[in-house]
Amino acid sequence: MSLTDLTIRGLAEALARGETSSEEATRACLERIRTTDETLGAFLHVDEERALERARASDARRREGKALGPLDGIPVAIKDNISLRGMPTTCASKILEGYVPPFDATVVERLEEAGAVVLGKLNMDEFAMGSTTETSAFRVCRNPWDVNRSPGGSSGGAAAATAARQVFGALGTDTGGSIRQPASHCGVVGIKPTYGRCSRYGVVAYASSMDQVGTFGRTVEDAALLLQAIAGHDPRDATSLDEPVPDWVGALEGASLEGMRIGIPKELFVKGLDPEVESTVRAAIAQLVSAGAKVEEISLPHTEHATAVYYAIAPAEASSNLSRFDGIRYGLSVREGGMRDLYEKTRAAGFGTEVKRRILSGTYLLTKEHQPLFQRAQRIRTLIRRDFEEAFAKVDVIVSPVAPTAARRLGEAFESPVESYLADTLTLLCNLAGIPGMSVPCGFTSRGLPVGMQVLGRWKDEASILRLGAVYQRETDWHLQAPPEVA
Amino acid sequence: MALRREDVFWAAHLAAIAIDEKEAETYVEDLGALVDAYEKLQAVDVEGVEPTRQAAFGTAPMRPDEVRPSLSPEEALANAPAREGTSLLVPRIIE
Amino acid sequence: MARADWEAIIGLEVHAQLLTESKIFCGCSTAFGAPPNTQTCPVCLGLPGTLPVLNEKAVEYGVRVGLALNAKIRETSVFARKNYFYPDLPKGYQISQDDLPICYDGHLVIETAEGERKVGIIRAHLEEDAGKNVHDPAGGPSRVDLNRAGVPLMEIVSAPDIRSADEAVEYLKNLRSILVYLGVNDGNLEEGSMRCDANVSVRKKGETGYRTRVEIKNLNSFRFLKQAIEYEVDRQIRTWEEGGQVEPETRQFDAQAGVTRAMRAKSEAEDYRYFPEPDLPPLRVDEAFVAKVRESLPELPREKAARFQRDYQLSAYDASVLVADKEVADYYEGAVEAYGGSAKTVANWVINEVLRLIKESPEGIRATRAEPAKLAALLRLLDEGKINAPSAKTILEQVHQTGADPEEVMRQKGLEQVSDVALIEAAVEKVVAAHPKELETYRGGKKALFGFFMGQVMKELRGQGDPKVVQAALRKALDG
Repeated sequence: MSLTDLTIRGLAEALARGETSSEEATRACLERIRTTDETLGAFLHVDEERALERARASDARRREGKALGPLDGIPVAIKDNISLRGMPTTCASKILEGYVPPFDATVVERLEEAGAVVLGKLNMDEFAMGSTTETSAFRVCRNPWDVNRSPGGSSGGAAAATAARQVFGALGTDTGGSIRQPASHCGVVGIKPTYGRCSRYGVVAYASSMDQVGTFGRTVEDAALLLQAIAGHDPRDATSLDEPVPDWVGALEGASLEGMRIGIPKELFVKGLDPEVESTVRAAIAQLVSAGAKVEEISLPHTEHATAVYYAIAPAEASSNLSRFDGIRYGLSVREGGMRDLYEKTRAAGFGTEVKRRILSGTYLLTKEHQPLFQRAQRIRTLIRRDFEEAFAKVDVIVSPVAPTAARRLGEAFESPVESYLADTLTLLCNLAGIPGMSVPCGFTSRGLPVGMQVLGRWKDEASILRLGAVYQRETDWHLQAPPEVA
Repeated sequence: MALRREDVFWAAHLAAIAIDEKEAETYVEDLGALVDAYEKLQAVDVEGVEPTRQAAFGTAPMRPDEVRPSLSPEEALANAPAREGTSLLVPRIIE
Repeated sequence: MARADWEAIIGLEVHAQLLTESKIFCGCSTAFGAPPNTQTCPVCLGLPGTLPVLNEKAVEYGVRVGLALNAKIRETSVFARKNYFYPDLPKGYQISQDDLPICYDGHLVIETAEGERKVGIIRAHLEEDAGKNVHDPAGGPSRVDLNRAGVPLMEIVSAPDIRSADEAVEYLKNLRSILVYLGVNDGNLEEGSMRCDANVSVRKKGETGYRTRVEIKNLNSFRFLKQAIEYEVDRQIRTWEEGGQVEPETRQFDAQAGVTRAMRAKSEAEDYRYFPEPDLPPLRVDEAFVAKVRESLPELPREKAARFQRDYQLSAYDASVLVADKEVADYYEGAVEAYGGSAKTVANWVINEVLRLIKESPEGIRATRAEPAKLAALLRLLDEGKINAPSAKTILEQVHQTGADPEEVMRQKGLEQVSDVALIEAAVEKVVAAHPKELETYRGGKKALFGFFMGQVMKELRGQGDPKVVQAALRKALDG
């Protein structure tokens, strides 16, 4: 097993024992990126010099006995919609090509304060709008398990880089499933915390009322370690949860599922799911039962409306959030003609088709005549929240598939409308309700493609879903499998 | 509420994105499908249900009225496509 | 009004910058006059990923304004995004308030020809200011300065209860006075810290319902406000009478030509797509907060004027002149306190002399070096008979300019009043001897010539004669 096969926990212990150094680990990652990323396309920007500088600083701290904690010296990377001072933040869009923020996102500040070594910025769907990373304006991102397939999206680069051992973990964002789904497709753990748990300051906004920063790791513990470091109230984000962060990582030790009540939503186990995906997830649920959990069927009655509600609210908020891209203070600027031309031509040239589609539909929905419809969607969102509140009165966590299929081929559309519907619905519900959700690897298809199990928790109850994931990983070894070597 | 070509052009105008006839055609189709989906929402009973205006629970936190350091103009304008001195330049605005 | 069978329906929208130290959603300074883009940060620049955080002082000032305008304070108000594209608007939207503003249902009292009237205030809400566009007169690119972007504003919307240009000016003057008294705005229309737009329509008297209304933007002086409204009302009446249609447009006032003109860019229909700001939870202002603000409200102009009338026995008119400017009112009270004598006397001197002296100064009462204590000293000199009234005025002018002590100036200029009876009798004797003809005419019955003799004696005394003593001496000499 090479250095890069270690988990974050494993590397932290090796560093503590003096068996390796952060510089060594960082170089190993950089080497892997060098040899694999031309094919994988997970990275949009790598800053070797900066990374090695930080790695050396970490090693120096350790030599003085001043190591900062489990993340000190661990090589990680960040989705390219999260600001890091001095590195480009493009959101995989031409309209932000070359934009270098003069400030750090709060989550990045915290990550670096914990000593983590950021290697670079990760590929994504443009402005986080998509579920295959194919709308990236810059390069194709491939699934390490099968390079003819997509890694999922929009945090495809983060999932791929973590799975391919280019980094030990990564930060992504999830607005409609963009962490959980690629995690599932790439066989890694992905966590989207409670809305407000991580600061959005410095994270380029897509849908403000749903965006959340989350983490990728090869194990539940790794993802939890990263989350623990970045979570918590931020006075710069008025929507940030003003509550103390529990010791999630500490609680994983000796965790048990005895008596935990798992809800199985009948609306999510329907026709349209790939039979292999369904059976893999059901097998995982059976495993949880043998570990001591109880299972019961629940209903989330407004599930069928989730997609329409999401596609009303998210594009509406996005249409407003993306108005700032106008060629005046940063980014692409098409200066042919007058003021109006600057706006219209810059935005026409800078945004990709999917982004334009969402801006237009969002704009349309916010116009005077359609406001009642927008408000109606907001009301149904409240009903979806209530569905979860009622369900969580009976159960502690909810389990379902993450996606109807495993990773799809690049360039391939959905097989059927119901598949497309499920692909959205399975993950969107969680964002509409603001509750935490996680994807945990739970098996493979006959083609050897990873399948993930989605675990949803009560509002502010990351602890329960992490506990479930940790116990599951004690009993299984899906997460220890590595993808085939990338040429 | 069928979507028409004019709706797409009006949305593009409000969103300040130049689109041509061909694009407009594809958007009419794409957005049309969405609009049909929205229609189904009309059937849901939302009597007495408050809209989710903000996802965060609670009320707006406030900060004290204290001046904090600003960016230097160099930092502020480091990414500016067109500038003169410490001003941003834009095409002549006709009032 | 131009034509008696029509009436004008006018409402005013005022945007007032709030005098907080930092911006409404970030910590940048709000100080005026800094070089372009030196007071900006990622938030007010609208850099990707930035978020607004509310300034508590802006909220406090907002509540102050609401209370002073007799408005209701909404316990839970909501911020909303107003979406449009303009270079001085970095995010492509302004964070404002839409259907749930913090203040609503207030009023402001104005004096009209027919007496007092309440002008309704529909709403007052918090929002952020935009930056500044500077045009190039030579036609080159425009310059954008975002220092002002994010400065807190209060938008105050009156009901269409105003019926004439004069009333509009009264309303704006009163509103400005209140805002300055509250310490939330500096009242500077010219510099734009207070901006006024007027909504104007007309209708035939007796008509219910409203006709098309026109918005006139950015009237930055009382004079322009009056002129613009008068012109516009006239224009609209003429248009209707000629069978035409008044267009629902936005217009600007051309001060040179004295006319309003349609604004090119803004005549297009706009849809601001207001929706609740997802980055800011609702603003909650509870009873305790409002009570605290209410307690800390300063005395407002109307209250002060009433008190001046009561405590200082001033007329309603004099009181209103003194309270129009808070600094003048404070000056006046400072002088009353320092003087200890008749408050009415002080009022006369402040209104007729001091205000006259500072009339052209942009800094108002701060332009004078005749501080309240010095005015009081001057008045005491008068009381003691050491100077007469005309001399006092001369001395005051000098004190106003140099800040010198009044007694010093009196001595320097030799303005001591002459009350010495012997000196005066000598002067009287001299004058009477020099004018035998007039003496004869006077003794012959033309008593009006007494004034002539007074004038001559005063001239002889270089204006410094104590009028009472001179009068007595003259009577003695002339009447025997």
